[in-house]
Amino acid sequence: MNLFGYRVPMMASLLVWCVIWEIVGRLDLMLMLPPFTEVLQAAVGLVQTASWQSATVTTLRAFVMGMALSIVVGVPLGILMGRVKLADELLGMWVSIFSSAPLSALVPVLMILFGFGEKTIVAAVFLFAIWIIVLDTRAGVRHISPSLLEMARSYGASKWALYRIILWAALPEILAGIRLGLIRGVKGVVIGQLLVAIVGYGALFETFSRNFRMADFWALTIILFAFALLIAELIERLEAKVEFYAGARQ
Amino acid sequence: MRNATLRKVPTEQPAMMDSIVEVRGISKSYGNVEALRSIDLDFPRGKLTSLLGPSGCGKTTLLKIIAGLIEPDGGKVSVNGREVSKPGPERAFVFQDFALLPWATVLRNVAFGLELRGRPVAEREKVARHYIAEVGLSGFEDKYPHELSGGMRQRVGLARALSVDADVLLLDEPFSAVDEQNRRKFQEDLIRLRTNQNKTFIFVTHSIEEAVYISDRIVLLSPRPGRVSQIIEPEIDRSVDPDRIHRDKHYLDTVEEIWQGLKQYVD
Repeated sequence: MNLFGYRVPMMASLLVWCVIWEIVGRLDLMLMLPPFTEVLQAAVGLVQTASWQSATVTTLRAFVMGMALSIVVGVPLGILMGRVKLADELLGMWVSIFSSAPLSALVPVLMILFGFGEKTIVAAVFLFAIWIIVLDTRAGVRHISPSLLEMARSYGASKWALYRIILWAALPEILAGIRLGLIRGVKGVVIGQLLVAIVGYGALFETFSRNFRMADFWALTIILFAFALLIAELIERLEAKVEFYAGARQ
Repeated sequence: MRNATLRKVPTEQPAMMDSIVEVRGISKSYGNVEALRSIDLDFPRGKLTSLLGPSGCGKTTLLKIIAGLIEPDGGKVSVNGREVSKPGPERAFVFQDFALLPWATVLRNVAFGLELRGRPVAEREKVARHYIAEVGLSGFEDKYPHELSGGMRQRVGLARALSVDADVLLLDEPFSAVDEQNRRKFQEDLIRLRTNQNKTFIFVTHSIEEAVYISDRIVLLSPRPGRVSQIIEPEIDRSVDPDRIHRDKHYLDTVEEIWQGLKQYVD
């Protein structure tokens, strides 16, 4: 961003919005919006409470389990669809539908299936995250140059070695899929917990908004946003490293 | 045209020749398009044979059938007297687009054929280093493919093919993605390699000059359907300075002769 001929870092624009928030908050226009500094104070207080800490552990655990499951299932499924035409024709339609469908509507169904507990949250993360991982993995496998696979065959690669090559060659797309999946997974965990409403962050959100504790409410929202951005950023770093090796893909 | 310039060989093969690869009655169609029609060919041991022809004559298809990468509709291929239908250790392939592993170093790429055969690390790296030097890439062992020029990448592809110690090297237009200057240098290196490696080379190209310059034997294929139209053995002394070959009268006459034959297929 350029301002009056000076290069201003991206973070500066964030600062501007924080200042605007602060001003609007101080004007005391609505109950919904306390000043930014108050929200920050609330955040500092919030992370010290036992309820936030246990909610974070619960939320993280469900998130990690749901993500692990969607990667473990999604990547092989994507490879299968990229390699086997029949699998692609059978599953392709469903994967596209689910990847663009309003999945929040399905969370109540998950509640019926898995009850009002952690299982539903894990299932919600899985449901939100897996489809984009499948789609990107499939695209990555499709993208592999045919001569690379011919090379593997002509030098006598075993099935195992061939699939190792496929996995490596499709890695940039797989990682992109996982990064997008993580962001969707955060949505999944929040929506799941909000609907179940008695678990983790969902329970906290419910308490805060019901009691008009808006500073706490916004503090929790900011923590959640920061977390989502942080993991996306970490994966992006990893991607950049992989892109470096994949730079010469023909 | 002087008689000594080139020797036309009847397309019916003389039975006495020591041939390492024998192609008998190979046919291949893609849908309605007949790519190859009953090809019979023998490839003499220790020689460099080029498959030359305009695009659409099925030369790459024929090479990939010999490699075992494409299944023919009919006919058979024998290597060292044994019928083959799959890729095997006695043949190694050099790809038009190099087909290197982008995530692996030059050293690992060159050693990859041996890695797939389960050779121990120390042994395969020793072999790889030898052939990296042989193709003139010493000092680049730890570079990644995208850090190399096209010409250097293809040298990696060639070193990989040499490392597995196959009898037959199959090269699919290896210089087509390499710039002109590098191509000339590469062709010279290939002539040198062929002399001291004692391997059989089968080389697909669409460049008449390239074929005449490097080949002991040129198989001319005609398109639609792909058939053997002529076999030529240019008799060019390649021990002289390479730059002189390009001005040699025999060389120029052979190029002209082949061009006159192929002209009719160019639209």
